[in-house]
Amino acid sequence: MAIRVQREDFDVGAELAALTEGNHGIGGVTSFVGLVREMGGGPSAMTLEHYPGMTERQLAGIEDEARRRWPLQAVLIIHRYGRLEPGDRIVLVATASAHREAAFESCHFLIDWLKTRAPFWKLEENSEGSRWVEAKEDDDAAAARWVLRTAPEGGSS
Amino acid sequence: MKLLYFAWLRTKTGITQEEVAPPEHVRDVASLVEWLRTRGPQFADAFANAAVIRVAVNQEYARPDHPLRAGDEVALFPPVTGG
Repeated sequence: MAIRVQREDFDVGAELAALTEGNHGIGGVTSFVGLVREMGGGPSAMTLEHYPGMTERQLAGIEDEARRRWPLQAVLIIHRYGRLEPGDRIVLVATASAHREAAFESCHFLIDWLKTRAPFWKLEENSEGSRWVEAKEDDDAAAARWVLRTAPEGGSS
Repeated sequence: MKLLYFAWLRTKTGITQEEVAPPEHVRDVASLVEWLRTRGPQFADAFANAAVIRVAVNQEYARPDHPLRAGDEVALFPPVTGG
């Protein structure tokens, strides 16, 4: 299955090996692994909340969109939820294609969309308590770039 | 109508999910948010700034003018921060 939302950790090497196994049309795989990083000096952790049902539906829609835009041989999205500590893996996105450009670009596209559309929210903890992470405007700008770059229908240019 | 609250909207309202029967004039997403704001101080606080509220109807993102029906599942949440 190409999309998984799970509490458990994942093994990047094993996932990438399984993704490409037996498919000799693949010329390259691009992968992105998101990690929990330490914030503001000192141990911290976070809890990722999601919307079961809608999350999977949104991820499937994003994958379909990537497959429409690039000739992809395989796509994998794994996103964790629950409590995670610095160094823990949060997300794995991998895309495979005959050619590297499609793999690089589609992986970048998927991550930008995940940040702005997939229903996940981060609650950060530190010694003083916990707070919900606010969305960043530059994440929106990163996602919007893909809309601008590929909006040929109805355009005048 | 089933309402689901996520992230700080859940923390502020103190509600994870509930069944509601909004008044007749609540026909779309915008009027639902307006009505929710009138349900008490914690709702007034949670929904104070409509611009930062995101809404999904039956698990798809919905704009303020999206119509609502009695059996809908409506989720209310702040902008997402995953990945």
